[in-house]
Amino acid sequence: MLRIECPCCGPRDHDEFRYGGDASVARPAHDDPDPEAWYRYVYVRDNPAGPHREFWQHVSGCRQWLVVERDTRNHVIQSVGFARKMPA
Amino acid sequence: MRYSAFSIFRNGLSGQKNWQRAWRAAEPKGAYDVIIVGGGGHGLATAFYLAENHGVRNVAVLEKGYVGGGNVGRNTTVIRSNYLLDGNTQFYEFSVKLWEGLSQALNFNVMFSQRGQIVTAHSADQLDTFSHRANIMRLNGIDADILDRDEVRRLVPYLDFSDTARFPIHGAILQGRAGTARHDAVAWGYARAADGHGVDIIQNCEVTGFVRDGDRIVGVETSKGRIGAGKVGLAVAGHTSVLGQKAGLELPIESHVLQAFVTEPLKPLVDHVVAYGADHFYVSQSDKGGLVFGGNLDGYNSYAQRGNLGVVREVAEAAIALMPCISRVRLLRHWGGVMDMTPDASPIICPTPIDGLYLNGGWCYGGFKATPASGWCFAHTLATGKPHPLIAAYGLDRFRTGRTLDEAGVGPSAWLQ
Ligand SMILES: Cc1cc2nc3c(=O)[nH]c(=O)nc-3n(C[C@H](O)[C@H](O)[C@H](O)COP(=O)(O)OP(=O)(O)OC[C@H]3O[C@@H](n4cnc5c(N)ncnc54)[C@H](O)[C@@H]3O)c2cc1C
Ligand SMILES: [Zn+2]
Repeated sequence: MLRIECPCCGPRDHDEFRYGGDASVARPAHDDPDPEAWYRYVYVRDNPAGPHREFWQHVSGCRQWLVVERDTRNHVIQSVGFARKMPA
Repeated sequence: MRYSAFSIFRNGLSGQKNWQRAWRAAEPKGAYDVIIVGGGGHGLATAFYLAENHGVRNVAVLEKGYVGGGNVGRNTTVIRSNYLLDGNTQFYEFSVKLWEGLSQALNFNVMFSQRGQIVTAHSADQLDTFSHRANIMRLNGIDADILDRDEVRRLVPYLDFSDTARFPIHGAILQGRAGTARHDAVAWGYARAADGHGVDIIQNCEVTGFVRDGDRIVGVETSKGRIGAGKVGLAVAGHTSVLGQKAGLELPIESHVLQAFVTEPLKPLVDHVVAYGADHFYVSQSDKGGLVFGGNLDGYNSYAQRGNLGVVREVAEAAIALMPCISRVRLLRHWGGVMDMTPDASPIICPTPIDGLYLNGGWCYGGFKATPASGWCFAHTLATGKPHPLIAAYGLDRFRTGRTLDEAGVGPSAWLQ
């Protein structure tokens, strides 16, 4: 089990959250006509064995979207912040 | 030494003390024609078929741990070819055909047991989609039967057929030739057979980087030093991104943990492989009597090779919804394996844009059944430089060109399932 320190609700079991995937992938502009940009956005992932910035939504709590920095090798969480305040 | 009734008899007489080790403990030479990275089922099968089918014997398999320590020894051993999409159907059926002769081909009993797989349907619509699948399978020469509720009940009476079943069983699809195999034996059998052809199987040898000559890959850096190679094939299951990145490959892959579970041993109860059509749960009974089952991914990127308790609960809930009679059975063990999840749940097996580098990965949680066909086709691809026709659909470019094989319907986010 992971324990995620929600900045709104405090430490909670990760079962209260929904995973939202890699937070480092930037969505192309809505009218970007370049298929390559969309291909990369939809499909290509760094998938690091190590620190990973990722989205989690606290669905059974405050319902905020968070950005969690977690090590994918051992699940150690370095930081948790509100997704909205993070730079894109 | 070949295994035979006579060799068992002779070794019995001498107190079982004179068996040879199954494969040599090889140390790396300076260079090989082909280096396979990853001593799992796929890597070892590839090495075997390179030698057996193509006469390429100057081959090394480099394994960072021990042979069989990865997913080949962690999976729930289900083998089937009840796929729907062109490309998948033919490939997995070719694999089942190879499984049917594998113990003979390897002179090693992989205990392939064609006990049949039943997937339950829980609505009329679901049974319709299963009928569609069965028709496609039959058109491809694959066995498939559609069962109504009474027929399912006759075969697997221990499922929940009561009035209170959460998702009542409407019927099922059955593939009689599907089944299970002893997963460790598959790794050991391929290792021994490849070794018999002169392939060096080198354990405790981690590949940490690549050696280049211009743009071309001409070898690997390892924990046992630098080794030259005419061609390098990656078959590292859940770690394809880690190695791919070192070679400069950008991949549509996320690594996720899948768990497996074994209960205490029971008397014979489950004769088939049974999969629950209303949730992600499937079960078979091992020869020792334990019920072996699996469910969903843990659901977030992970290289940790261990799972979490939330999934234990979910899988137990699904198990009891389908089979109330096991509610008091104790779970003995559970463990996790790290898998490459691709956006369309189909594998990536192809030459890569990097000269000298070939890729076999992205098997998601279904690659054990593919082991023989994967090895066969990857060996062909390595030997000839061209994809085998049966893996033409599994190229890396299919995402860019929109020709995905979305068999499981997972979409671009593996964790959404
Ligand atoms: C719990 C679970 C249940 C599953 N159930 C099924 C099932 O019922 N049916 C089915 O068809 N499939 C199933 N699968 C999927 C299947 O096990 C895999 O898709 C398949 O085994 C992967 O291929 P492999 O055997 O070569 O992988 P592995 O055995 O994992 O081989 C890869 C090897 O590469 C090595 N390696 C990694 N990095 C390096 C490096 N840098 N240098 C050297 N070596 C390296 C690893 O140590 C490993 O031994 C399941 C998987 C899991 C985890
Ligand atoms: Zn919260």
